[in-house]
Amino acid sequence: MKGILMRKSEAITRKGKKKLFLAKVFVRLKEGVLDPQGSTIKRALEDMGYDGIEDIRTGRVFEINFSSEDRNKSKVLIDEVCKKLLANPVIEKYKFEVKQR
Amino acid sequence: MKFGVITFPGSNCDYDCYKAIQDVLKEDVVFLWHNQTSLDGCECIILPGGFSYGDYLRTGAIARFSPIMKEVKKFAEAGGLVIGICNGFQILLESGLLPGAMLNNKTLRFICKYVYLRVDNENTPFTNRCTKGQVLKIPIAHSDGNYFISKIGLEKLKMQKQIVFRYCDPNGNLDINFNPNGALDFIAGIKNEKGNVLGMMPHPERSSETILGSEDGRYIFESMVEHLKGII
Repeated sequence: MKGILMRKSEAITRKGKKKLFLAKVFVRLKEGVLDPQGSTIKRALEDMGYDGIEDIRTGRVFEINFSSEDRNKSKVLIDEVCKKLLANPVIEKYKFEVKQR
Repeated sequence: MKFGVITFPGSNCDYDCYKAIQDVLKEDVVFLWHNQTSLDGCECIILPGGFSYGDYLRTGAIARFSPIMKEVKKFAEAGGLVIGICNGFQILLESGLLPGAMLNNKTLRFICKYVYLRVDNENTPFTNRCTKGQVLKIPIAHSDGNYFISKIGLEKLKMQKQIVFRYCDPNGNLDINFNPNGALDFIAGIKNEKGNVLGMMPHPERSSETILGSEDGRYIFESMVEHLKGII
């Protein structure tokens, strides 16, 4: 069904009403993994005269717009996408939220 | 002996590898395109350096989903020889054929220069022409070569002698000033448990002829030929 978040390989039967969602995925380096960008930004801020910064960790945000009939089902898929591609579990951790648009 | 060099969109060391195999080793070599679903009977696969898919997301993260990678995985699981150089190493890490991951260089800079490598395991299909502790002069050219693995993972690598190359000084000593990218435990190259898959950040194909400044890279390719001859 075109326009609905799903795996291409799985045919689905429509039952509910299509709703619009926005998933925000946050990917960050795990604790203990060196973050050279974070430490460089911290140094820059200190050079700019800001004091008292203990630590800076960088990361990235993905905003995924999609339609679905079932919020919980879409959460399973977003989780799968994070595991498979958006985050590398060796060095990164992720969390996400799914909100209706 | 038939080598296959895989070209991903954004690979840029594929021709260097091809030339090294063809002109220096005098062995058969073909290019394999990333969306092929066959390895065309190659006996050894090279994943070359470059910037596959523009290094988007993470280095190697998109290339690992190329159709040909399914074949490479099957080939590797069946014991076939696979070497990933630079971006090729990153692709092998992302695809899970080798353990660990790459982080930005500690300097956050792209580094392109000759470095020294110590051969820490000479009993591999990729280093059988080397002696233990031999120092090789081979160049690196990367932004993300800062190897990382969990503590448990590192212990496992050490126990199984999977660390094949370490960055070192010209005399083979591990010196922090000669670790160009901050790689954990000076790691420059590792193999899988079985020993048939190797990933290394330095470029042996760029150092296989004296005119290029070093021919130490030949040791690696010649080792592979030696190994394949032994089993055919």
